[in-house]
Amino acid sequence: MNAAQYKTWDEFMEGVWRQNPVFVMVLGMCPTLAVTVSAINAISMGVATLFVLVCSCGLVSLMRKLTPKEVRIAVYIVIIATFVTAVDYAIQAISLALYDALGAFIQLIVVNCIILGRAEAHAAKNPPLPAMINAAGMGVGFTIGLLALGVVREILGAGTLFGVALFGAGFQPWVIMVLPPGGFFVLGAWLLLFSWWARRKAGLPAKEATPHV
Amino acid sequence: MSEPSSTDKKVIPIAVAAPEAAPPESPTGAMIRTLGLVSAICGLIIVGAYQGTYDAVAANKRIATERAVFKVLPKAKSIEEFVAQAGGGIAKVGAGDTAIPPGAVKFFAAYDESGKLAGIAAEGVGKGYADNVRIMFGYQPDCQCVVGIGVVSMRETPGIGDKIITDKEFLANFTALDVKLKADLSALANEVKAVKHGSKANAWQIDAIAGATITSRAVGKAINDSAQALLPRLVPKLDTLAKKS
Amino acid sequence: MNSAPIEIRSAPHVQSTKTVETIMRNVVYSLLPICAFYVFQYGISALASIAVVTGICLLTERFFVRTGTQAGRLSDYSAVITGLLLALTLPPGFPLWMGAVAGMVAIALGKALFGGIGFNVFNPALVGRAFVQAAFPTAIATYTPSFLPGRFTEFIPSTLAWPLMIPAEPTAWLKAKNLDALAGATPLAKWKFDGVIANADELLTSLSGHMAVGPSPMLILLCGAYLASRRYMDWRIPLAVLGSAALTAWLLFAFDPARYPNPFFMLFSGGLILGAVYMATDMATSPVTPKGMWVYGALIGLLTVVIRYYSGLPEGVMYAILIANAASPLIEKVTQPIPFGRGVLDRAKKRATYPLNPGYISREEASAVTPKKRFLPNKPKK
Repeated sequence: MNAAQYKTWDEFMEGVWRQNPVFVMVLGMCPTLAVTVSAINAISMGVATLFVLVCSCGLVSLMRKLTPKEVRIAVYIVIIATFVTAVDYAIQAISLALYDALGAFIQLIVVNCIILGRAEAHAAKNPPLPAMINAAGMGVGFTIGLLALGVVREILGAGTLFGVALFGAGFQPWVIMVLPPGGFFVLGAWLLLFSWWARRKAGLPAKEATPHV
Repeated sequence: MSEPSSTDKKVIPIAVAAPEAAPPESPTGAMIRTLGLVSAICGLIIVGAYQGTYDAVAANKRIATERAVFKVLPKAKSIEEFVAQAGGGIAKVGAGDTAIPPGAVKFFAAYDESGKLAGIAAEGVGKGYADNVRIMFGYQPDCQCVVGIGVVSMRETPGIGDKIITDKEFLANFTALDVKLKADLSALANEVKAVKHGSKANAWQIDAIAGATITSRAVGKAINDSAQALLPRLVPKLDTLAKKS
Repeated sequence: MNSAPIEIRSAPHVQSTKTVETIMRNVVYSLLPICAFYVFQYGISALASIAVVTGICLLTERFFVRTGTQAGRLSDYSAVITGLLLALTLPPGFPLWMGAVAGMVAIALGKALFGGIGFNVFNPALVGRAFVQAAFPTAIATYTPSFLPGRFTEFIPSTLAWPLMIPAEPTAWLKAKNLDALAGATPLAKWKFDGVIANADELLTSLSGHMAVGPSPMLILLCGAYLASRRYMDWRIPLAVLGSAALTAWLLFAFDPARYPNPFFMLFSGGLILGAVYMATDMATSPVTPKGMWVYGALIGLLTVVIRYYSGLPEGVMYAILIANAASPLIEKVTQPIPFGRGVLDRAKKRATYPLNPGYISREEASAVTPKKRFLPNKPKK
């Protein structure tokens, strides 16, 4: 890898790993908790967000020299809302069942702070290509985060993975996993795992010694 | 560091940041130009997306409706959409005609292979445990009864409320649920109602699922409300629907 | 406490041989007769359930203590109590693998996450039960009648369900024993869904056959009395819980006897007695102030009756205690006693704020040199 490639790769990996929107920045919790009942839902939501992220960051970046700072938020929101509407139609065209499962959370991508955050913090200051690569990294990171929750919740909550039954007919579903509390539990468990991992990699002890009073 | 006393007149040089020069304001023309440009681009994208997906979305919706109707009326092979108007008449709904006149009730007439009326399907809504339970039910004019139900949408507790889809004992209620009209065709002769598990005595009662009484009641109410509104208008005009138009 | 050889604490100092371990050990002793009677009622299924749940609780505790995530030691018996109580609240034929999930969640989520013994906000056993109640609502509502013939040689079929698999329905099994499916309903469920009220004296002893009930309330009260008399448990909380539940139930009963059951039925059915004596009194999750204990207990009793009457669930003790657990820091804060020496006259001006505001410290104490500085003369000066 030469330096330029490396930099591109680094730009991409920032969102996937170091600044993962779900596990590190803990952003976009609304869809993360709400639609991750199954792996398919999680991936669809992730890909929809990825598409909106990449397209809107590309357009924001193209328009960055033309955009006066007084009206920039209005411009970003209009651009994001446009792509969300397009995705909304696309999902209706692909599958109505999926559209019903994702519900209002498709439209709510508009207010997902990952997207506005990327547009304001990165795309508005960088040329289109790096902006889109960075946005793609974020989108992939978000998808991975959703998928991590969706896989666990689907396996325990329904005994299936991507709709394929894993345990046969007699599986006892854990009802709590498809209810909102299950989302919180699984997210908490993943965050715990990630922070433990991060501490271990940094060479820190698993826990600071808490003084017992 | 001690503070300089008030008697000490020596001026201490402090680097005072000069008031930041206000960034030049963007000219109004530029703002309008940018917003206009963005709006134009975005408008184009939205129109493009709408046009590009219109056929697929319409086809999807039709297939979804057909599937729901075919489920409650297994003999049906094709459907047509009608509305029963507030005044009494019924009118056909053309393709793409989504707006329903106020007070009208939408229903589907289902026909079998030979074009004969196989039954009527209509939607009903009842307040469930978590949210509205929307169901589709099939009405058979010959026996004046409900012959099948399907759930259009619900958010009932998995494992408890959603038994209304799977519980065989519960679904057996809807093989011939009586929705006869009064002699003067003004309303149902007997109100359709969900009763406590095990206490069903009449053909117009629904035996609720034990532990999911609220959801069962929602189904009963959905059928009752919809049938009360639709059937008095529909039954006198049944002849006009007998053959596929 | 052998971990800290010297402890420096402020006055008052009370000499006592009571340690956490002694208290916990005595609670375990007092639970043993209850468990024994439970096993006598339901046979080997109940025994297996108690053994598995307690075992899993201990294993989970061991894991978290070993990895240094939580304070406390395995030998402090607290995990044993959690396990025994959890097993007693589950139906006797509860699948063992679900019991294991409950035990694991109880210790991991209810205790280890907060830092171990003494730091938990909610009663760990109830956290475990709440989790399985939400995860497996059907299994946890499936009871079997007590005193079945052959209970010491044969497992209830649902007990031995394969891990992750649906347990067998007890209907066929009950039919083979000439009992109808309704025999498996708890007295509370029968009342809630069918309007049948069981006799209070039968409920109290749990001795009349073929009732789907938990451990005997009478025995629990006796064991609780032993604990209270040895001062291992505060008598105020159970009394407040039962008193407030009885009062609420009695008021409603007096208001409309046709609609509401009598207060004795309310007291002795379900898990109210077990909850009042063993769950609500958990030291870490209940207030320490005497006045607070009354408030806390009254809240539990009231909530229990309200949930039983007006919600979709037949039993409400668990949620009532969990809610009161969450409220107990607040209860503690508003019921702080007035420190001695602060006159009645001051009371109006300033509510007692004993631990929150150091203003109660006398002037001499406040300006006293802290021992730290005196004992560490070698500390380098800045």
